[in-house]
Amino acid sequence: MSILIKLKGIKRYYDVGGEVVRALDGVDVAIDHNEYISIMGPSGSGKSTLMNMIGCLDSPTAGTYEFEGELVHDMDDNQLASIRNRKIGFVFQTFNLLSKATALRNVEVPLIYANIPRSDRIERAAESLEAVGLGDRMHHKPNELSGGQRQRVAIARALANKPSIVLADEPTGNLDSKSGVEIMKIFDDLHGRGNTIILVTHEEYIAEHADRTIHIFDGKVKEDIANHNNRREPVPT
Amino acid sequence: MAVEAIRQNKLRSILTLLGISIGVFSVIGVMTAIRTLETSIDSQLDIFGTNTFTVNKWPDIYVGGRGEGKKFRERKNIDYYQFEELKRRVVLPLRVSVIDGEGERNIQYNDKQLKRSAEVTGADEWGLRSFNTFLSAGRNFMEDDIRFFRHVTILGPDVADILFPFEEPLGKQIQIRGLDYTVIGVTERKGQAFGESQDNFLLIPISVYLQRFSNRWTSLRITVEAVSAEMYDKTVDEVIGLMRAIRQVPPEEENDFEISSNEELAETLSGFTGGIKMFAAAVSVIALLVAGIGIMNIMLVSVSERIKEIGIRKAIGANKRDILTQFLMEAIFLSQFGGVVGVILGILGGNLVALILNVPSVIPFDWALYGLLICSMVGIGFGIYPAWRAANLDPIQSLRYD
Ligand SMILES: Nc1ncnc2c1ncn2[C@@H]1O[C@H](COP(=O)(O)OP(=O)(O)OP(=O)(O)O)[C@@H](O)[C@H]1O
Ligand SMILES: [Mg+2]
Repeated sequence: MSILIKLKGIKRYYDVGGEVVRALDGVDVAIDHNEYISIMGPSGSGKSTLMNMIGCLDSPTAGTYEFEGELVHDMDDNQLASIRNRKIGFVFQTFNLLSKATALRNVEVPLIYANIPRSDRIERAAESLEAVGLGDRMHHKPNELSGGQRQRVAIARALANKPSIVLADEPTGNLDSKSGVEIMKIFDDLHGRGNTIILVTHEEYIAEHADRTIHIFDGKVKEDIANHNNRREPVPT
Repeated sequence: MAVEAIRQNKLRSILTLLGISIGVFSVIGVMTAIRTLETSIDSQLDIFGTNTFTVNKWPDIYVGGRGEGKKFRERKNIDYYQFEELKRRVVLPLRVSVIDGEGERNIQYNDKQLKRSAEVTGADEWGLRSFNTFLSAGRNFMEDDIRFFRHVTILGPDVADILFPFEEPLGKQIQIRGLDYTVIGVTERKGQAFGESQDNFLLIPISVYLQRFSNRWTSLRITVEAVSAEMYDKTVDEVIGLMRAIRQVPPEEENDFEISSNEELAETLSGFTGGIKMFAAAVSVIALLVAGIGIMNIMLVSVSERIKEIGIRKAIGANKRDILTQFLMEAIFLSQFGGVVGVILGILGGNLVALILNVPSVIPFDWALYGLLICSMVGIGFGIYPAWRAANLDPIQSLRYD
């Protein structure tokens, strides 16, 4: 099987008022199936930019990105949308839920774009919510839910189409540590069931859940190391 | 989602819906009004019989200056002799009959008297057919009634109601201008058309009419019925030829009489309604244009207020077409909403005309459908640009937007 994600010499430059910001400045990373990866680095080092790149939301200024052996560069908008929809589940620091829609509806949306028939859709969205322990909150709107619950809705949404890869950009960044632990438990389970997990974090104890940590500094990979400590150890709270 | 967008921009939405409604209202209203007119005119025309035309001194409807009126006035009257000659010499028609009428109030039976004038009509045995009615009681005129100047009369139901509220009219003597007439028949009730009763008349033999009611302006109306639609044109030609001969029109001059048919009447009317239709079309085009720009405005605002939402949708897998469709549907929904209001108001407004003119109301389903279709087109036409803008937003930029 080909390698899942392969970034070679990825650069992403922004032109801000004539000045070039090098958000990514030559990143080489390869990620295989069922890896559990954390990305760390100081603020502004390019972590989110890298995640967006991996998540097919952004395209590089230079370099190549192969997803499942195919060049992302050669894909059209519809193919990219389809990858985001079916193969990748994205979880954001700020949840990014549709504020006027119920939890159920939020989880349903990716299923709509996957052309799942309505009856299946509702069933699958409900299942997905139950899986993150929100079976009793389906008809609540985001502003009627706690931060941890919101993030679980977002995870349920990311998982609705059963993607093999879950990308999470500081999923616990806006949560208290107890909620953070709950969320991390979900990611651990997902990894245990064969998913590939990539998450960005500032917290050492979150990063320790992963098998491998990539350190980013000034848009470059500074360190890419395997974790030797057992991630199943209780997480300090 | 569409409903939300509308709720969040109440005033703008209301103005836009109003524009759409006015546009659709003017089309549907005018079409409904015209339809009611047409149906009632058609039913009127049907009454005349399809293969029928009339020979007359005056045209049914004419527009023109004084010269025109003078031209008609200077024509010879059509008198009974001409009618008899025509009737004697024609070969093609099924029937040739004659009619003329005059308003008359001086009609009474014992102490009962008409309060407003009724049409005293001189007719032959075809008079009922020319009036397109039937007897409900009694008998029709016979040739002898006309030949021997019998003072007999057939009453329209309105006249019968007033003179004989509690009595059987047949066989009774009524007075018209002081002279006695025996009632031999009463016609069926026809009801109203264009707000006027169709039943306020009485028939007397044409011979008696000419004796008692004619004056130097009296010009008869001759009704000719062809045997079939195929024979209609030939029959018209024959009658024109004979009338020219009888009235001694020199070959190089044009006819000094009018041939009018239902068709011509219908044509004149459709020319008139056509003008109204054009006007309504112009009003609706303007109203729909304004409404369309309103829709575009609402949709553009809606797009810019929902950039974040668009970003989220794209991040979880919406492609351009999904977003385009979503915003187009909203635009169509908006315009349909206004359209439905316009259609309902239009049908109500149009039928108000029906109510005023006292003709049966109609619901123009076809035009209601066109109206809604036009609305969808306005929605698509003016919604496509905002929707296209939404579809082409960059996902990352949109996600970062607050
Ligand atoms: N759209 C943009 N336009 C201009 N500059 C940008 C844009 N997006 C990111 N940048 C710049 O790129 C650099 C990397 O940003 P990025 O969001 O990837 O950092 P980060 O590592 O995720 O930081 P944080 O930990 O604070 O989330 C920053 O200097 C940022 O200002
Ligand atoms: Mg970030």
